[in-house]
Amino acid sequence: MLLIPCPWCGQRPENEFRYGGQAGIVRPADPAAVSDADWGAYLYLRDNPKGRHVERWRHVHGCGRFFNCVRDTVTDRIAATHKPGEAAP
Amino acid sequence: MIQQFRTQAGGRVDRSQPVHFSFDGQPYEGYAGDTLASALLANDVHLVGRSFKYHRPRGILSAGAEEPNALVTIDRGPGRITPNLRATQIELHDGLVARSQNRFPSLRFDLGALAGLASPLLSAGFYYKSFMWPPSFWNRVYEPLIRRAAGLGRAPGTPDPDRYLHRYAHCDVLIVGGGAAGLAAALGASATGARVILCDEQPELGGSLLDEPGVTIDGWPAPDWVKEAIATLGGSVTLLPRTTAFGWYPGNMIGLLERVTDHLAEPAATLPRERLWQVRAERVVLATGAIERPLVFPGNDRPGIMLAGAARTYLHRYGVKVGGRVVVATDNDSAYRAATDLHAAGTEVAGIVDNRPAVDSEAVEAARALGIPIRTGLTIAGTEGGMRVHSAKLSNGTDVIPCDTILMSGGWTPSVHLFSQSRGQLVFDTASGTYLPSEGAVGACAGVFDLSACLRDGTEAGGSEPRTFVVAGMPSMTPAGPPAAARPHRSAFVDFQNDVTTKDLSTATDEGFVSIEHVKRYTTAGMATDQGKTSNLNALNTVAALTGQGIEAVGLTTFRPPYTPVTFGAFAGTARGALFAPVRLPPIAAPGAVLEDAGTWKRARYYPRDDETIDAAVVRECIAVRNEAGMLDASTLGKIEVSGPDAAAFLSRLYTGDFSRLAPGRCRYAVLLGEDGFIRDDGIVARLAADRFHVTTTTGGAAFVLHHMEDYLQTEFTSLRVWLTSVTEQWAVIAVQGPRSVEILAPFIRDIDLGAMPHMSVREGHIGDVSLRLFRVSFTGETGFELNLPPDQAQRVWDTLRERDVTPYGTDAMHILRAEKGYIIVGQETDGTVTPDDAGLAWTIANGDFVGKRSLSLPDLKRPDRKHLVGLLPADLAMVLEEGAQVTDGMRADGLGHVTSSYFSATLGRGFALALIAGGRSCIGSELSVPMPRGDIPVTVVDPVFVDRPGERLKVRPVPTVQPESLLPPEPWLAPTSRPAGSVRLAILAPTTRLAIRAGGAAATGIGLAIGVLLPTVPCRSVIARDRAALWLGPDEWLIVAPEEAADLPDQARKAAGDHLVSVVDVSHATRTLELAGPAAAWCLNAFCSLDLDQSAFPVGMCSRTLLGKAPVVLWRVAGDLFHLDVGRSYVPYVWDCLEEARLELADG
Repeated sequence: MLLIPCPWCGQRPENEFRYGGQAGIVRPADPAAVSDADWGAYLYLRDNPKGRHVERWRHVHGCGRFFNCVRDTVTDRIAATHKPGEAAP
Repeated sequence: MIQQFRTQAGGRVDRSQPVHFSFDGQPYEGYAGDTLASALLANDVHLVGRSFKYHRPRGILSAGAEEPNALVTIDRGPGRITPNLRATQIELHDGLVARSQNRFPSLRFDLGALAGLASPLLSAGFYYKSFMWPPSFWNRVYEPLIRRAAGLGRAPGTPDPDRYLHRYAHCDVLIVGGGAAGLAAALGASATGARVILCDEQPELGGSLLDEPGVTIDGWPAPDWVKEAIATLGGSVTLLPRTTAFGWYPGNMIGLLERVTDHLAEPAATLPRERLWQVRAERVVLATGAIERPLVFPGNDRPGIMLAGAARTYLHRYGVKVGGRVVVATDNDSAYRAATDLHAAGTEVAGIVDNRPAVDSEAVEAARALGIPIRTGLTIAGTEGGMRVHSAKLSNGTDVIPCDTILMSGGWTPSVHLFSQSRGQLVFDTASGTYLPSEGAVGACAGVFDLSACLRDGTEAGGSEPRTFVVAGMPSMTPAGPPAAARPHRSAFVDFQNDVTTKDLSTATDEGFVSIEHVKRYTTAGMATDQGKTSNLNALNTVAALTGQGIEAVGLTTFRPPYTPVTFGAFAGTARGALFAPVRLPPIAAPGAVLEDAGTWKRARYYPRDDETIDAAVVRECIAVRNEAGMLDASTLGKIEVSGPDAAAFLSRLYTGDFSRLAPGRCRYAVLLGEDGFIRDDGIVARLAADRFHVTTTTGGAAFVLHHMEDYLQTEFTSLRVWLTSVTEQWAVIAVQGPRSVEILAPFIRDIDLGAMPHMSVREGHIGDVSLRLFRVSFTGETGFELNLPPDQAQRVWDTLRERDVTPYGTDAMHILRAEKGYIIVGQETDGTVTPDDAGLAWTIANGDFVGKRSLSLPDLKRPDRKHLVGLLPADLAMVLEEGAQVTDGMRADGLGHVTSSYFSATLGRGFALALIAGGRSCIGSELSVPMPRGDIPVTVVDPVFVDRPGERLKVRPVPTVQPESLLPPEPWLAPTSRPAGSVRLAILAPTTRLAIRAGGAAATGIGLAIGVLLPTVPCRSVIARDRAALWLGPDEWLIVAPEEAADLPDQARKAAGDHLVSVVDVSHATRTLELAGPAAAWCLNAFCSLDLDQSAFPVGMCSRTLLGKAPVVLWRVAGDLFHLDVGRSYVPYVWDCLEEARLELADG
């Protein structure tokens, strides 16, 4: 079980969290103006890197906040977590 | 003769306590402190098992966890049979019943040994080669035969009656191994004030020091030094004997298996059999020691052939001589000590055979001085003997030495299993020919075999300055070199547990397997439960020689957890039976109701009268609702309060509807989509006030919908000023439905004009003296109300209505009634690929943008041949189609769709169904068929609304003049009684007022002043002021706890906020508070809660949402030994039972 540092609550075990997928996927401000292809990409295309991955987690059984997390998909080591809106280190 | 191989004196067994046990039905005697292996050896029993593949007679090879041969079944009675236990680790107790395995009819005469004659056929990969033809034989003949032959012991067939517990622990330093290095590390670590856990798989700490009565440390005989060290550590260090560190998982989580009762003849019923620890360690010190390697020579597996170090252990720890006439075969100095020690104990040592050309050290000299013949430059070329070895043939081809025991030593392999599991870097050490951990190991595990160096390094690894201990009495030894390679031979065993020989390895390399990982899988060397403890390095070395590479070029295979097998019971822990998962019951008890699972809840499926069948009951319930009135316990529906000035805008972006013009007091049906345009959930959105909504979700979708809303609120629509609060358990819900519902409710509801409530409206008022949030909504097509009530009062209302002949109806009737109206159930009519238009819900779609809107205009989601929700009527009135059945037009091979719901309708007098059919709306009236095994069933496609298409029945009905009436009186609430336990008390506290407050920084201060307790800004902290407290739950979220009398607190808070943006939701009824008090309170919680509850990590005043087992709770440390757990009402029985389970060990008496 991973230990995940919640930016508010500190290190907590993985089962208090819910995974939120790749971070930085922004919903288009005016979806109606987006082409079908671009909308499809927004819905379904995600990175699948070997190594550094910036992703979202939610401390669902804790403070309830979403935050961003930099995790290595090979070693499962978490380099950093940060609040939404803050830049990834 | 009894215990004829027991020494006259010595050893650590208690000779005043004889212990009686049986092996294969034969009674034997041993002493307290024996293992099964040592007691059998004391009785001259070496033959204890048959090998896996060839059924060769096998004896005891080792004295520890590495034992590959002596695997036995322990029988502790029905359901308590454990196969494949290592006899070397089974502690003897009176009445122990052990049996050998993998033999028929008996251990001495085993028909399976015929397999040995076929050994040329059973070599590496034999099943890949031998069972090729005919192909049809694989499933019916070969595989069943192989499956029957595979495996050793047999698993028991009855449920395991024992209890198993889990335990979460945190420490600064976890030390694995309680030998010299481990104890020194514990001394070093505890001196720094660190939190230390030391575990050791053996019943007694001390490791190899227990084998060294002749060695002194700082003047103490080594075993006495161990005692002193333990006394020094006592109290400051958690010492866990009988505890195996079996796995190293990410985040420095180490799995420990503590064997609590297996060594006891009559364990107390309050104790678990085993306890699985999940330890989070800042740092792990591996002091796991080293395992002696066997020598690889032909016939090296006969009973009576064992490791030299094991013979010293049996002698010094158990007072057992392993044989009468011993030959020692070695390639290093350590085995000489076995020879001298056994000689001193009166065993004849017929010779030492050493494959090194020249030897010289204190250990060698000691043997030479005793006159033990030493033959250098030779090794053993073969052995003779059936059930016991009786001679060794030397490699010079001439000498044969008669003996009953051969002790062998091929050097020592550091136990790097855990380090390998941690993905640590193993470094090849050329001098010893072994792999060593690059960090974190100490003592023999790090390749250090000098005792004083082990002790010094240990204190340093613990975190202190290196401390020097004076060691005396240990002869000097030449460090062992790399192992010598063995030639391919059919009976030179490398892996005893898997019956892999040097010949198998050469077959593998001859066939082109080069990678050691492939050789491992092809030959099975180093696999299975043993994980190659004695075999890995010998296999590596042999493959290196066969392929002409260096060992470091061959590489090491990855070790897998567990280090030694762990029972399924330990992994399951309490998660079985009643505690497998929380069983959530709605607040209204319904005696006689038949329950069914609905998400995590149990709901009433139907309410049979007397011996009514399910069909009869459901028909009666449906008719009652259509003709009179019925009531449904709908408490399990998810409920979310959405508040804030932008609440309407937020809901308009999340649901398909536009709520900006929804008037306060009105409701609207709404559908929730994923961004992909497909239906995820549905419910009623009710506007309580301009800035406050009450939103319902499906029973199973409640947690998802809240998460989905929070996702968009926190990460996409961040400028909207909205807060969400779950109120699922704050409100019990009774749906009263039917033409008579108005006249039935009117006498009890005086402050709401039912006649003025249109369909889809909401009012707040009272029923009798009970506060009420009343919805006029219908999921049946009848005039109906949903009464939202405080859950403590719901039973009174239910019972009162029941006395008025309102018929309780369950989920089965509810399903039929809604299907007759064509109302969908998410998850039944939808499957994640259904759009609102597919489901006939295009009317819910508003003009503005909302989540999923854009996808609805993708070409694929607009195709006319998408599957539409339609009705089906079978031609045969009595026919009820099967849900899930395919629907076809009889022409195309592929189906047009499937039946989603199908019932018998008493109202229609026939079976009917809902279905998703390609282009369904354009083929209303056409004939299709449902192919079933007994033939095609003709059906007609119809509109999916079967009852009251115009909706006449939903119209407002006049309220008759009624006399006011009262509800039944309230029943006093009785708190459950907890089991008495001295050191920790469990209770449920009386109800209190609780508020969920969401506010920004400035408003938070104002609210704090108004309600008399400041809202803390430090995460996970609380503030107490007089009789009330504020708990930080999130960066803009607090829980206020106040006395029950402070019922006006919500109004105070709202007033104080003024123009500030806040959300204040009364959640007094949603949870109950459990109190756990006493010195062992934190210890109890850690049986189910994985947080670090040490005062340094979870100080007084700390609070947090977390999980207790599988239940969400708010945990609050009110005082050092006093915890409050805020638990959702429906989770209370589960949490209560969990804590009782944890307290059981503390029970008085």
